[in-house]
Amino acid sequence: MAKKLPKTDIVLAGVGWTGGIIAAELTKKGYKVVGLERGKERKTEDYLMVHDELRYQQRNEMMQDLSKETLTLRHDRSKRALPYRQHGSFLIGDGVGGSGEHWNGLTYRFFPYDFEIYTKTVERYGKDKIPADMPLQDWGITYNDLVPYFEKFEAMAGISGETNPHPEVPEVKYPTVPLKETPSMKMFKEASKNLGYHPYIAPAATLSESYTNPDGISRAACQYCGFCERFGCEYGAKASPVVTVLPVAKETGNFEVRAHCVVRKVLHTNGKATGVLYVDTRTGEEYIQEADVVVVSAYALNNIRILLNSQLGRPYNPESGTGVIGKNYAYQMTSSGSTGFFKEKEFNLYAGTGALAGVLDDFNGDNFDHTDLNFIHGGNIALGHYGKRPISNNSVPKGTPTWGKEFKDESIYWANRSLSVGSQGSVMPNKENYIDLDPTYKDQFGDPLLRMTFNYKDNERNQQKYIRDITTKILEEMGADMITTPGDQGDWDTTKYQTTHNTGGVIMGADPKTSALNNYLQMWDCENVFVPGASAFPHNSGMNPTGTVGALAYRAAEGIEKYLKTGGSLV
Amino acid sequence: MSEQEKNAPYLDKRSSRRTFIKNSGLTVGGVVLGGALGSLLSKDSTTQTHETGVHSTATAVNFNQALMYFDKTQFDTIEAAAEQIFPKTEVGPGAKELLVAFYIDHQLAGSWGLNSKEYMSGPFYPAEATSLFGHQTHLNRQQIFNLGIEALNSEAAKQYKAKFSEITAEEQVAILQAFEAGEVTLNGAVTSTYFFSLLKSATIEGAYADPLYGGNKDMAGWKMKNFPGHQMSYANIIEKDEFVKIEPTSLNSQHKH
Ligand SMILES: Cc1cc2nc3c(=O)[nH]c(=O)nc-3n(C[C@H](O)[C@H](O)[C@H](O)COP(=O)(O)OP(=O)(O)OC[C@H]3O[C@@H](n4cnc5c(N)ncnc54)[C@H](O)[C@@H]3O)c2cc1C
Ligand code: SF4
Repeated sequence: MAKKLPKTDIVLAGVGWTGGIIAAELTKKGYKVVGLERGKERKTEDYLMVHDELRYQQRNEMMQDLSKETLTLRHDRSKRALPYRQHGSFLIGDGVGGSGEHWNGLTYRFFPYDFEIYTKTVERYGKDKIPADMPLQDWGITYNDLVPYFEKFEAMAGISGETNPHPEVPEVKYPTVPLKETPSMKMFKEASKNLGYHPYIAPAATLSESYTNPDGISRAACQYCGFCERFGCEYGAKASPVVTVLPVAKETGNFEVRAHCVVRKVLHTNGKATGVLYVDTRTGEEYIQEADVVVVSAYALNNIRILLNSQLGRPYNPESGTGVIGKNYAYQMTSSGSTGFFKEKEFNLYAGTGALAGVLDDFNGDNFDHTDLNFIHGGNIALGHYGKRPISNNSVPKGTPTWGKEFKDESIYWANRSLSVGSQGSVMPNKENYIDLDPTYKDQFGDPLLRMTFNYKDNERNQQKYIRDITTKILEEMGADMITTPGDQGDWDTTKYQTTHNTGGVIMGADPKTSALNNYLQMWDCENVFVPGASAFPHNSGMNPTGTVGALAYRAAEGIEKYLKTGGSLV
Repeated sequence: MSEQEKNAPYLDKRSSRRTFIKNSGLTVGGVVLGGALGSLLSKDSTTQTHETGVHSTATAVNFNQALMYFDKTQFDTIEAAAEQIFPKTEVGPGAKELLVAFYIDHQLAGSWGLNSKEYMSGPFYPAEATSLFGHQTHLNRQQIFNLGIEALNSEAAKQYKAKFSEITAEEQVAILQAFEAGEVTLNGAVTSTYFFSLLKSATIEGAYADPLYGGNKDMAGWKMKNFPGHQMSYANIIEKDEFVKIEPTSLNSQHKH
């Protein structure tokens, strides 16, 4: 029998970026928040030995223990899904701070186009531009509605950046100056300008200068230490929940974090949640935490799983296209990147920070004319200077063997002489890309694992071909002696890291029939459950999601307060 | 931020860590930011950019050079195979000198060898597992290495009537190529291609992981690749046009204040 605990105002399932933001905002207003986090507590001191590529990058020290819980994957409905037995394509965070502890910190705003993608596509190209199997949807909120929330997130994190010079992209003023520019970024910017594009320095959550945010939190400037993505920051220079929002929540005295506590289910009766059922993995005991509001803030994928295992909301059915939980799962594509080899020049590639990049949006969103193209949307194009580490950095020109004498000598020769121009390609929703529960495989508690059915469709494959020609052209203009260009986008490879930008599954919208959440991220079917995270995205854009995730979390926090005051559906 | 902070000079190679922290703007409003930094500050030390005394001399004993998992034949087999994957060349030492086989032995003995943070519950459908879906076998890495090593030796015995470690480099390469191509049958639960890919990635790791794991002896892997290992800051280098060569430092230096 699960032990019942005294009721609180708000309970969080997961304490990462979204949980942290909601905790800070509502505890400041005087509400009591309990944060349940399946992983361990974290503090900056933990990162004293963090410059360890093997432990953090190869062995994924900060990621979820897949022996306890994972998901199963397949390319299409006709196949059996096989377990994701070890980390590959994406990395699921774990522990207080969530993926917000070991992210890169590239912090963009999605475009005005993204939020009204259906309407704008039809307006510009007509209905026929949208394939029958692409459930493209507006988000039920506009960019302009979201601007104040973007600003809040950017001010909290201290985003360093430069205004995007593209004429189609709204101007943004960032709280701190841009990061330092490396010689390779300069080359990228110059070459792109020569080609008529609009490069700029990417907005970054790794601070360019010391900064005090509106909550009074002071943080130091980034040291470009080169161990950033997948690593924690030993300086607190990278914005993370542990150095920004969580201390603010704790300071109020209204916040309690319980680490090592796995939420199994949201409990509900008559369309109203009463609390959550969780297990303290240290004692093995089960508890019920009752609350007026339940926030499912466990990262996009886990959000879907908690709802499905709780039988909350209507599961998506790919046969009929009805139902909403698990619908419009989307991802990203990184296979349009080309690598250039420069004989004459050695770059200091060991240095860098997770969010140091020259980037352009000329082929992203609807910033270019798609009339004669066989796809919609696109991706940003960037030259990143993230810090290259020796186990994972072994770039060699095409045709070089993958082991033996020649491989060794070439991989060492080019280690500091090769630059990649990459792209984050958007993925549009498809009727056949979705998430449900696996019929066979179970987690440590015997609950069904999530089953992901996903593959790249024509829209993505066509986009990839188009963009890789541009990344190649930029490297040519940069003067590369040799360029390795990618082939066509194959089937989704679950073993190679692409991005941890999984989106959809609990999407927002204006219509309860086709979406799970309203624009406060409040569930249509259960008014006291809020589900922040990229699971709310009806499609995925061509850039990193957390700027938009953060803005929506601030909006959700406002919604929760409204709900606690007035009750009922907020929209 | 004050004008003075803005103009603060960046890390000077000869300055102490304390000065570095002061200069690089890590204090905000005079208060040193806590965490890892706090514990660094409590110890006065010289800068990390100089070389620390972690390398052994010809006579120094490396107590790490002992086996935790392999038997002697297994060790010899892996040492020979790793050397073919990452051989000694004019550029620098190969797997053998870098102690890669010890690295692999030590890794196999621990959680990596036992797949302890991976999902190992059945049912298994190895036949349906294309390379796009990764590891789909009930075998852990210790068991896969056991099978792979046996097969390397039985191939060597069949073709050359000797152990794998005793045949010529060319013969070893030919056998490894057959493994990579999946032409050698292990036991049906795992392919020779998969074993080879594990061996290959472990060899690269052993050449370049921090020496704390037993490979990358004397940081020679890093030196070859011009990788500086663990450094506190590159703020003074990041904008530089010319290549800056830095003597590498290992994580051991974090423990030797
Ligand atoms: C390597 C990496 C690099 C990235 N780089 C970028 C980037 O440059 N830019 C960008 O925009 N985004 C980036 N991201 C993505 C970014 O980290 C996420 O978008 C963001 O953290 C999402 O916030 P969240 O609150 O939804 O999830 P998280 O921050 O992951 O937090 C979720 C928390 O919930 C916990 N949890 C899960 N299930 C349960 C349960 N059942 N019970 C209790 N707790 C649970 C988890 O342990 C975790 O701590 C990156 C991610 C990774 C992994
Ligand atoms: S690169 Fe900068 S932000 Fe990233 S871990 Fe190092 S100091 Fe921190």
